[in-house]
Amino acid sequence: MFEFTEDHIKRYSRHILLPEVGGIGQKKIYDAKVLLVGAGGIGAPVAYYLAAAGVGTIGIIDEDTVELSNLQRQIIHSMDDLGKEKAISAKETIEKLNTDVTVVTHLERASSANIMDIISKYDIVVDGSDNFPTRYLINDACILSNKPLSSGAVFRFNGQVMTIVPHEGPCYRCLYREPPPPDMTASCQEAGVLGVLPGTIGLLQATEVLKLIIGQGDLLCGRMLNYEALEMDFRKIKVNRNPSCAVCGDNPTITELDDYEAFCQMKF
Amino acid sequence: MSDQVNIDKELNIKGEVCPYTFVKTKLAMETLSPGQVLKIILDHDPASVNVPKSLRGEGHEVLDLSKNENDDWVIIVQKKR
Ligand SMILES: [Zn+2]
Repeated sequence: MFEFTEDHIKRYSRHILLPEVGGIGQKKIYDAKVLLVGAGGIGAPVAYYLAAAGVGTIGIIDEDTVELSNLQRQIIHSMDDLGKEKAISAKETIEKLNTDVTVVTHLERASSANIMDIISKYDIVVDGSDNFPTRYLINDACILSNKPLSSGAVFRFNGQVMTIVPHEGPCYRCLYREPPPPDMTASCQEAGVLGVLPGTIGLLQATEVLKLIIGQGDLLCGRMLNYEALEMDFRKIKVNRNPSCAVCGDNPTITELDDYEAFCQMKF
Repeated sequence: MSDQVNIDKELNIKGEVCPYTFVKTKLAMETLSPGQVLKIILDHDPASVNVPKSLRGEGHEVLDLSKNENDDWVIIVQKKR
């Protein structure tokens, strides 16, 4: 059992002061195990802030290494990390921030072969992946293992966030039945993204994760938040669970995982 | 007043200043059940105003605020929820 030291009381005092958190909520945060799919544009700020918040166990799945073109937005990595595995770079940055946090690195690509086993060790999943095959894989894996998922996506100046609580609200597949065909997204490698955008989206996801952990507030469950940075417009779109959804519907046809062909390697 | 109520827990936070006076008070309150009473001893003057105010803000009943023989502040509070 986690007991607060004087340093814990100081470090987390602004949380403990919140009526919705308190020492009880802070202990829940410490006990939580959160899996991040990707330590890129979205995963970087999520990992950094959840570590600061005191999430006790953070898992990171990422097989990529840090490149110079990542540093425009992936704030958990720095010049010294170029060439290093992103998950290891993130772990090292987190260890400098907060030694209360245990970071578990999974230096592999999420696939139908490994994801169920990895997810089983965590309570909540954050999808910050950069491609549709992974997005659908993580959605399906979370439904099949009954784990809440924060799903986020960024494109140019536009971002979306949705929280998926299996069988309580819609899943990603209720919204879009199948990934778009590869030729529809052919231009995505040249799409670009405003560097701060995945920060905004990632922190909205981190907020949902903390709400899930402390059991407070209203989640983006059944509502998709759409953010248009150029117009500075935040809009929530109501999304219903689809009773005929292939994975979370009443008679699901997806009962085990499959891998879609990777067709877009754009690294957000 | 403080002689008449049953104290379930005592918290000495002399030397602490705001906001840690309330942070530690809150952590102590969390260990009590509704109806139980906490006695807080502190010597940071602003906390003698802030701690009772914050306790009331969280729905608890401040039963007494006084100074003891050592000129420290003593707050008696009953947990309400
Ligand atoms: Zn669904």
